[in-house]
Amino acid sequence: MNKVLPAHNIGDYVPMVDGPEKVSGRAKYTADLNAPGMLAGRIYRSPYSHGDIVEVDISEALKLPGVKAIVTGADCDRGFGVLPIAREERPLARDRVRYRGEPIAAVAAVDDATALKAIRLIKLTVRELPAYYSAQAALAPDAVALHDNRKGNVERDVLFELGNVEDGFAEADLVREGTYNCPEVCQNQMEMHAALAEWDPVRGRMTVHASTQVPYYVHLMLSQILDLEMSRIRVVKPFVGGGFGCRTETLNVELIAALLARKCGGTVRLVVNREETFITHRGRPETDIRLKIGMKTDGRITAIECECLQRGGAHSGYGVVTILYAGSMLYAIYDIHNVKYIGKRVLTNTPPCGAFRGHGTVDVRFAFESLLDQMAAELAIDPFSVRRANFLNAPTFTDNDLMVNSYGLPECIDWVEQKSGWRERRGTLPKGKGLGMACSHYISGASKPVNWTGEPHATVKIKLDFDGSVVVLSGAAEIGQGSSTILVQSVAEVLGLDISRIRIVTGDSDVVPKDNGSYSSRVTFMVGNAAIDAAQNLKGLLIAAAARKLDARPEDIECLGELYRAGAQDRGATFDEVVVEALKDSGTITVTGNYSTIPESHGGKKYRGSAIGGTMGYSYSAQVVEVSVDEETGVVTVDKVWVAHDCGKALNRLTVEGQVQGSVWMGMGQAMSEETGYHEGLLVTGNMLDYRVPTIVDSPPIEVGIVESNDPHGPFGAKEAGEGSLAAFLPALTNAIADAIGVRFNDLPVTPDRVYEAIAKHRRAQARNGDPKANAKGNP
Amino acid sequence: MVKLLDVVLNGRKRVDAAPDNLLLLDYLREVAGLTGTKTGCDGGECGACTVLVDDKPTLSCLTLAVAVGGHRVDTVESLGENGGLSAVQRGFHEKLGSQCGYCTPGFVMASVGLLRSNPDPSDAEILEALGSNICRCTGYVKIVEAVRHAVELNRAGTAP
Repeated sequence: MNKVLPAHNIGDYVPMVDGPEKVSGRAKYTADLNAPGMLAGRIYRSPYSHGDIVEVDISEALKLPGVKAIVTGADCDRGFGVLPIAREERPLARDRVRYRGEPIAAVAAVDDATALKAIRLIKLTVRELPAYYSAQAALAPDAVALHDNRKGNVERDVLFELGNVEDGFAEADLVREGTYNCPEVCQNQMEMHAALAEWDPVRGRMTVHASTQVPYYVHLMLSQILDLEMSRIRVVKPFVGGGFGCRTETLNVELIAALLARKCGGTVRLVVNREETFITHRGRPETDIRLKIGMKTDGRITAIECECLQRGGAHSGYGVVTILYAGSMLYAIYDIHNVKYIGKRVLTNTPPCGAFRGHGTVDVRFAFESLLDQMAAELAIDPFSVRRANFLNAPTFTDNDLMVNSYGLPECIDWVEQKSGWRERRGTLPKGKGLGMACSHYISGASKPVNWTGEPHATVKIKLDFDGSVVVLSGAAEIGQGSSTILVQSVAEVLGLDISRIRIVTGDSDVVPKDNGSYSSRVTFMVGNAAIDAAQNLKGLLIAAAARKLDARPEDIECLGELYRAGAQDRGATFDEVVVEALKDSGTITVTGNYSTIPESHGGKKYRGSAIGGTMGYSYSAQVVEVSVDEETGVVTVDKVWVAHDCGKALNRLTVEGQVQGSVWMGMGQAMSEETGYHEGLLVTGNMLDYRVPTIVDSPPIEVGIVESNDPHGPFGAKEAGEGSLAAFLPALTNAIADAIGVRFNDLPVTPDRVYEAIAKHRRAQARNGDPKANAKGNP
Repeated sequence: MVKLLDVVLNGRKRVDAAPDNLLLLDYLREVAGLTGTKTGCDGGECGACTVLVDDKPTLSCLTLAVAVGGHRVDTVESLGENGGLSAVQRGFHEKLGSQCGYCTPGFVMASVGLLRSNPDPSDAEILEALGSNICRCTGYVKIVEAVRHAVELNRAGTAP
């Protein structure tokens, strides 16, 4: 009799819930905020790479009319940093300056022009020290230590051997070794860093609006830096224009804004420019890799030895975690044993690196998939077959105790092989054209949080009130990845309601529950599960209310979203009627949902730092890249990318596709054009012309295949979708170039001048070997 | 020197005092309070500040405010009728041409400029029209789809 059905949205193409604000210009980002009497902030930065600070002379700047406050290192003797074991960095350098561009002082003035004039009057005197711009230079035996507690400029040495590498290589039919260099790259998100800090001197409270991925970490560090109780701090995250990892730790920008606001007793807006955003950095470190693989003739890997050297920059940041990921994530994609990893994270006089999308995994994956391809060619095995020979058999635990429950890599590989026409087309393409493939993987949230407090990993609240509105309260930081949309979808799905019924409030520490933030692809998995838990708790209350209203037993109540009824013949009660009943005793209802990872996912204890890499679910990706190489100019054009991503379950196909395409494309930037450059520590690529980001004209069609392995722990079976597809692009590209012209690139980015030179060198070598009609095409 | 700036901004005539060196971008954001137009770089690199001057896509960060005196300037806030979304805005929303949204007003205005002068652009013309706008989220695939969708909606009667 009744046609009402619960609404479903999971697996649909759902436009983002905050899309209308973004396309209409109504979305307010931090730099768009305004407050009466607001002052403008500016940072004075060090022109020196390394030196002991003798004096910061602000006397002339202070005399300038319109200057309201100046802060220097003298105003704050406390350190900050994302890892509790490494909080050496100061918002403003104190005693020592360690990279060119490090903040030394900051000014709050009546307007930006005055602030700019004031910082030009600040004088810094230092006693210069030798500066080190490469990891190798910083490791020299006589090098001065950047930090007293980091002897030899080593942030962290990692060494583990699981199994027996010597035996593994002895067992191999082919052993090959390669060296690889991946330069430093930068997130370069579209929104430049910004903070608006409001100090309330009457109540002694600080409110900071910041362009961050981690409002809770900002909250923690503000408390530490300002020496202020956390209860006196409020952190608001407005719309955020991307992050890709550079905002997964507190940045000096928000801390300096707060120091200025407190000193002048008012409100300060500090918006740094594009060049300063580059200098604030937190990108992917330059990485040198030496990789050795042993392989049987059937493609099975018998041993791996990987040495990884990262130029970390002047401060610790996430450094320890990055160098550990590079080793631990050798695992969990293929069935490997006998692995030795030697990692070294080095401190240098360059801007501090951080957690760039695909944190720690990308450069090593580039090396690994390159060498795998090269060895397969030598053994005359198809690139697909060599991967298939090394599949994991899930569910399983890896030798370093990583828990793998769902494993869609085989399906990913099948999809790209078929869609790209690999079998028919590879080897038949015209000169200068080639096909390459590679695989990658990533975590769905780090199972052990960096700040262990004993609380659940994620908490979501839902408020239900007299008007029948369902409001989701979450601290998950929407930064454009679509987390708010996923949480709304999840709650709507459980309640059987249309998503238009659900509203979401995020990003204000006064209102929403604490959340660790948007990093390590944790939000859909962890916060999504918490949202489902909260929605189920709410549904339980609504069913109980419906049972009371309909004079039935709760177990007989059927929830159809807009209608609750006791059996198919019952007219039932509408959602709004059930809400009225539910509120009778309690008034406004607020329910809580929690999520915690299970101990089995926390990684083992086989080596120091082995928790890094542990997650509840790994995503998998396979890619085929088709290229055209112009041998006369060295220009490489990516004609097409086919990518399949195992995200467990696509909760929203539209945003999964968007995330996967964005990841692939970001990998393309790193592979083909992006690279930071310094001249004696001075950033010379601090703009989007010299730091070359691909434009729409450079960018290929990217066809996405969604593989659903239905993870047993994921929310509706889902795993991450926003990072795992980045890494595979890099080796898929160089593998494709090797197919096209017979030249293999182990150093990135593959720029036209590099390609041109390599082709010329290749031709000379062939000519020397007596091939008069030498052209570049041949077996890599 | 401060001059009087006489401009038709989003269809409304207004007069403001504008210093000679005031950028159109800063005039829009700080004087007129229209923060939909974004600052994404230190000048001419990213296209986030794209607005229309007499229907022509223009980088407001490389334009002096006084230079638009006597002209029509349209920002993202001018689009859509009665608060609804225009064809291009719907395209970017429905096809996920916008993720973090920061570059979106610039892309939207460059696309509106394209469709006003060429309602039926080829793919090559779409790429060319958007070639000086940078997006860091989407990989551009869905931006192209968004503009194609906008072309369809425009053809069916929704203004770009």
